[in-house]
Amino acid sequence: MIFGIDYNTLWFLVFGAVITGYAILDGFDLGAGALHLFLKKETSRRIALNAIGPVWDGNEVWLVIGGGALFAGFPVAYAAIFSAFYLPAMIFLIGLIWRAVAIEFRSKEPGKMWRLTWDIIYSFACIVVTLSLGLMLGNVAMGLPLDSQKEFNGDILSFLNPFSIMVAVTTLALFMTHGAIYLAMKTENRLYTKLTILAKNFTVFFLVAFGVTTLYTLLYIPHLTDRIRSNPVYFIFPVLMFLAIANIPRQLKNGNYRFAFISSSITIASLLITVALEVFPNLLYASNDPNNSITISNAASSPKTMKTLLIIALIGTPLVGIYTSFVFWTFKGKVKLDDMSY
Amino acid sequence: MDIEILSRIQFAFTVAFHYIYPPLSIGIGLILVIMEGMYLKTGKKVFEDMTRFWIKIFALIFGLGVATGIIMEFEFGTNWATYSKYVGDIFGSALAAEGIFAFALESGFLGILLFGWKRVSSKVHFISTLMVFLGSLFSAVWIVVANSWQQTPAGYHIVGEGLQARAEITDFWAMVFNPSSIDRLLHVWIGAFLAGAFLVMSVNAYYIIKKKHLEIAKPSFKIALVVATIFSLAQLFTGHHSAEGVSKNQPAKMAAMEGHFDHSAKADMYIMGWVDKKNETTSGIKIPGGLSFLLHGDFDTPVTGLKSFPAEERPTAINAIFQFYHIMVAIGIFLIILTLYANWQWKKGKLFDKKWLMLVFVWAVLLPQIANQVGWFTAEMGRQPWVVYGLLKTSDALSQAVKAEHVLISLILFTLVYAILFALFLYLMNKKIKHGPVVQTIHEEEISSQGSLRENPLMKNDLS
Ligand code: HDD
Ligand code: HEM
Ligand code: HEM
Repeated sequence: MIFGIDYNTLWFLVFGAVITGYAILDGFDLGAGALHLFLKKETSRRIALNAIGPVWDGNEVWLVIGGGALFAGFPVAYAAIFSAFYLPAMIFLIGLIWRAVAIEFRSKEPGKMWRLTWDIIYSFACIVVTLSLGLMLGNVAMGLPLDSQKEFNGDILSFLNPFSIMVAVTTLALFMTHGAIYLAMKTENRLYTKLTILAKNFTVFFLVAFGVTTLYTLLYIPHLTDRIRSNPVYFIFPVLMFLAIANIPRQLKNGNYRFAFISSSITIASLLITVALEVFPNLLYASNDPNNSITISNAASSPKTMKTLLIIALIGTPLVGIYTSFVFWTFKGKVKLDDMSY
Repeated sequence: MDIEILSRIQFAFTVAFHYIYPPLSIGIGLILVIMEGMYLKTGKKVFEDMTRFWIKIFALIFGLGVATGIIMEFEFGTNWATYSKYVGDIFGSALAAEGIFAFALESGFLGILLFGWKRVSSKVHFISTLMVFLGSLFSAVWIVVANSWQQTPAGYHIVGEGLQARAEITDFWAMVFNPSSIDRLLHVWIGAFLAGAFLVMSVNAYYIIKKKHLEIAKPSFKIALVVATIFSLAQLFTGHHSAEGVSKNQPAKMAAMEGHFDHSAKADMYIMGWVDKKNETTSGIKIPGGLSFLLHGDFDTPVTGLKSFPAEERPTAINAIFQFYHIMVAIGIFLIILTLYANWQWKKGKLFDKKWLMLVFVWAVLLPQIANQVGWFTAEMGRQPWVVYGLLKTSDALSQAVKAEHVLISLILFTLVYAILFALFLYLMNKKIKHGPVVQTIHEEEISSQGSLRENPLMKNDLS
């Protein structure tokens, strides 16, 4: 217990924070990749790649930390989630491989075909990764059939359900908006103008996708809205999200891309917080029998490990914060291509 | 095929593929620190040129290491769910620590290492290189600790029963410093330094044979040779220490490594040989009592043999373990001889005159790679049938929710993807090596001839 919060809840918060950090950070890399083919000129594409070049790998590490945090803190949930999502997880991972190597390989040859091939692989990889992330999020939010051993016992293709597909598309729209804003922050002149237009269009795309998903949730998946309905205080998060989204076009119009970026980050965070509020204290809701659900208490590691983990996080996070900021600060401002660029 | 075999093949394949790259990153990281350190100290352009050249190679290798590493982290959950629950309490902390202390450090500063040459001072750049190297060293720490815990569990107790049983930490530091951690970590680190040093020597030996880039190739080769010599010798000691540890903590593995069957007799050491598992005999060229001597300093002290273990607790692929182990040791000895010989030639001033010697070095790059792979195969296959030694059988560690056909699909996918990646990796490495380092003076001329590209004058140069 620390400040009246037990270890399991604390670690749930840490895990949530890491995943949110990952979504915000890698979200803009993946979004930038997903819209890559909208940029037509070779220089534009190079600038876009170099805008994420020095940071994407560091951003991806948040996923590694998140995976480790889940494995360490809630091994039962880690085991159930990844074995239940065997196929989408594999597709997700293979997508990440192609994203990583496409960025690296593209610049290594000057040929037009070579570069076009890698542009396409890169963009598709980012889209596939984002969609499979969204699919997994949707399924976790909705719940899965679990047996009394807390292992998944449904059909392996059941992850392709309407709700999760909608979440996936919404995620893609959100990341593309976020990515376009990030790129706008790092570019100038005509490319900048183009990106602001793209950002506006993606915002509309996101609003539509999000609206449809919300409606569907309210109608068909009541257990996902129970908590907010019974505790109106929590409405603050969906409201915050709407304010943040509404703010994006306005900031873009005034050229305040930094504020627009903060807005889209807040949108991502409040979306995930809303989902977390609804599922807590479950980590994975058993849709066949709520008694089989995986919760933060029955999936947790021993208190001793939780304590160790919190110490690790307490030492590690400020360090990561310091040098991540240092790296972002080093590469602040508009992208300039030089001889070490992609 | 059954799911256990498929899952084992998939894990072995993906981790072995991953393990081509990290040792190179760690090893080249060390060499980069030395080269850039010398540049800072002397201010000589050669050192800057060689540093920049190896940074580009490093980027390519690092990219593949990252891409293949992510798979590994999630494969525990996807394919070994029961194992993940069993060891989560222990293993998870190591993995989380790895992410936060090692990978974050490494990939954070990587941005500056690769792209920051113009944005930060040369001191800050050097510090970034150092941090990337330290990060890669740390990443080996936690993963090897986790694996060593599987080999020699310590600092835990078991709670629950059957499928619900799991290990819980009772003593974090006893878990970290379990009996095999330190020996194996040193052995793995040094294996990585050797992999990096031999790659650097291979590329430069090639230039020397082709008489290209000589002003950079010769000093680079010498730097790597010093590293290789020191660590080839050191590897013999850490390897020997590991072997002592194995005989103490995992006697069945030691017996398999030397094909020693008899209950408790003096044990021989083979230079090379063949294990006949059916008749439980081993034949080949041997030093009688050699293993007894190595472990106990006496040719007649008995060593526990495989027959002392019930059949279902012996490693299955005994001959393979035996061969893998002997290949590693043979390579270890050969590397010592090769590097010592090269040093002797260097002292006589003839290092670069012998074409055959340079040719040997061009190909010797494969040896540490092979030794690293077969070393892991020895350690991991020797641990079978246990996934956690003495506690959890591999056959009990699988995911209940996953079916054999799913694993087959993913295995086929990985095989395809990795085959393409490996081909592209070799192609691009080859190209980069053929292209060679860019020498600064030429560089500056090129810049001034491209005056029209004002914003980004060096833009055209990036194709290398
Ligand atoms: C911390 C854990 C860990 C680490 C660092 C490694 N492994 Fe491992 N390895 C396992 C954890 C593990 C495992 C999860 O425990 C496996 C899967 C199934 C099994 O029996 O052990 C395994 C199996 C396994 C097998 C199959 C053995 C068999 O089925 O007979 C091979 C060949 C390797 N590994 C090779 C490697 C290589 C080349 C590594 C270097 C990177 C490596 N392992 C690091
Ligand atoms: C099964 C065991 C392993 C797992 C789960 C694993 C996991 C990972 C992950 C997730 C990454 C990507 C990190 C990023 O995004 O930056 C990675 C890269 C890396 N891994 Fe592994 N790894 C394993 C085995 C090893 C071993 C045995 C070593 C060292 C001896 C090692 C050293 C590295 C290094 C140095 C990198 C950075 C990339 C590179 O340098 O190529 N890994 N690994
Ligand atoms: C010189 C003689 C050598 C000896 C006596 C030796 C001994 C050993 C032993 C006993 C093990 C098994 C440890 C265990 O199962 O816990 C091992 C593993 C290993 N060896 Fe060697 N080794 C030698 C040379 C080398 C060389 C030259 C390399 C690479 C360049 C290498 C790389 C490895 C690796 C990567 C492992 C797996 C990790 C581990 O278990 O430590 N070894 N070695």
